[in-house]
Amino acid sequence: MEILKYVLKRILQTIPLLFIVSLVSFFIIRLSPVDPLAELKLNPSVSQETLQRERERLGLDKPIGIQYILWAKSFVKGDLGITSNGESVAQKLKERIPNTLLLTTLVIFLTWIVGIPLGILAAVKWKSPLDRILTVLTSIGMAIPSFFFAVLLLIFAVKTGWFPIGGLTGANYADLGFWGKFSDITKHLILPVTVLFTISLAGLQRQMRGNLLDVLDSDYVKFARAKGVSEFKVIFKHALRNAVNPMITLLGFEFAGLLSGAALTEYVFQYPGLGRLILEAVMKSDINLVMASLMMGAIMLILGNLIADLLLIFTDPRIRTGGENA
Amino acid sequence: MLKIIISGLWKDKFARMGMIVLAVIYLAILFAPIIAPYSKDYSDRSLAYVPPSKIFTIDENGHFSKPYTYNYVRKFDENNFNVYNIDRSQKHYLKFFSTGEDGKFHLVTVDKGGKLFLLGTDINGRDVFSRILFGGRISMTIGFLALFVLFPIGMLYGGISGYFGGKIDTIMMRIAEGIMSIPSFYLLIILASILPAGMTSVQRFLLIVVILALIGWAGFARVVRGMVLSIKNQEYVQAAKSIGASDLRIILKHILPQTTSFIIVAITLSIPSYILSESGLSFLGLGIQQPDASWGNMLKEAQIFSNIIYRPWLLTPGFLIFLAVLSFNLVGDTVRDILDPKSKD
Repeated sequence: MEILKYVLKRILQTIPLLFIVSLVSFFIIRLSPVDPLAELKLNPSVSQETLQRERERLGLDKPIGIQYILWAKSFVKGDLGITSNGESVAQKLKERIPNTLLLTTLVIFLTWIVGIPLGILAAVKWKSPLDRILTVLTSIGMAIPSFFFAVLLLIFAVKTGWFPIGGLTGANYADLGFWGKFSDITKHLILPVTVLFTISLAGLQRQMRGNLLDVLDSDYVKFARAKGVSEFKVIFKHALRNAVNPMITLLGFEFAGLLSGAALTEYVFQYPGLGRLILEAVMKSDINLVMASLMMGAIMLILGNLIADLLLIFTDPRIRTGGENA
Repeated sequence: MLKIIISGLWKDKFARMGMIVLAVIYLAILFAPIIAPYSKDYSDRSLAYVPPSKIFTIDENGHFSKPYTYNYVRKFDENNFNVYNIDRSQKHYLKFFSTGEDGKFHLVTVDKGGKLFLLGTDINGRDVFSRILFGGRISMTIGFLALFVLFPIGMLYGGISGYFGGKIDTIMMRIAEGIMSIPSFYLLIILASILPAGMTSVQRFLLIVVILALIGWAGFARVVRGMVLSIKNQEYVQAAKSIGASDLRIILKHILPQTTSFIIVAITLSIPSYILSESGLSFLGLGIQQPDASWGNMLKEAQIFSNIIYRPWLLTPGFLIFLAVLSFNLVGDTVRDILDPKSKD
């Protein structure tokens, strides 16, 4: 019951947050002097009726406060308007969001599998040569600009011809069987995943190392050691569980960072994700599309944090029982 | 305190290396007009994509000689692709500490008629080496400037929010969280894209500083608020209150100074992310605009396949960004270790 209440509370908390996000993004976009329908008007394949419908939906002749309410209403209803090509924005987002989610979850999964053990290793062998090498490597990983790394990998792909360049699927994707499709997508994912993996691995490894070192310094660990518990047990049974908890909170932040980092990587690799969508929309000043993808990005980020918080309930018993400062 | 930081930095091998690299970079951009053989805007359209000049110190007979270089001559091959060959008919000797083509004093130039492109030229026939030096002026300062704008804002905002608490705190923090909930790079490109066209380059530079600051203040304010929450209940704050000090005075004079060491650490650790943001933005064409140079917008040319394959010298700014960010990280990590010995992260 307590848990349910907490979950409900956390979900309710996201609503004012979404409201603020929508307000901020709406007014930022309205700051721009661009007529939201300028691109649509220039497109000959968009009919006058469609244009009129958009004008009414956005309430462009009304004061800005009313415009916001109208926009919010249609957003809640799921009507996101049309892009400057006259396509449905909702449809476009539906195509792109899963691709970005695929990329980011894959990267998070891989960084956790590799980063957590490396962090543990560095903490256990604190100040050893291994620890120092890992510190240097992570410093390097954190310093590479994502787009530059992506460009370098592109050169590599072009020179070796080992990887397909750009996109998520090959030209003959539709004709492939299930495994053919699977391997096609995998091949396309390797390069973008490598870029994002390298960059986010460094931060994760350092954080894990720092957390574990802090915990290993605490009184209860010293006590366990004094009692004669084996070092292996001290680390894996006592210290690790407490060191991992803050990492789960970080999961939300990592997701946020990845959404941002993915935008440039998607752009360089021509990967059909949300980040590239918003970039293209920004360049074409496609207001409906910018607005909707901005909101979607924020929703994904908030959901990511929510999931991380909920996960904590399962790993940290203190939240289950107390729940005060959660 | 500054003394402790600097001597501590010098003792650490990696931090020392980082400081030396940064010192070299900053000296180079400070003296850019002298070190660079050409001006930022020097351009010779007939010499687009010239490879880096080769410098020889041993002549064709195997004797030592004053350093000299050869010009490149352009030839068109059957694919209509520019090919440059070394023109060995005329040697051009390097001149040190003398006036160059533009009549100004330069560290190194070349005899009349010769061209000295240490890192080749770009699509407009501009000297990449010179532009890197001038572009570094923008890339390496924009992060600092953004931090100078956002730190006072974040500190005051976090200070007020944490000090007053209650409803004010809830509302202020919800707003900050709202801004943090928008993926920062999305916000960055949108803000950059609404900048009106036709600004002077100084205006654009300043507005990009403001945008970078707008993205970063919220997260910083949140951390300051957390620290203020724990400081405000200490006795000396209560004492200040009881003798009738105003709220603003307590926040500015008594609470915020307590957060100094955190702020120094936060500054050194966050400069790299602003350097990376600016370069990413300019890489996309939304940041610093031509004809101004920044390391990010110079890399824009690396988006073209044939450039990265046949003209690798255009990638140099990328390595410099990497080097600068790495050095800042090494220095920042050590500063944190010095000021916060408890953290072993």
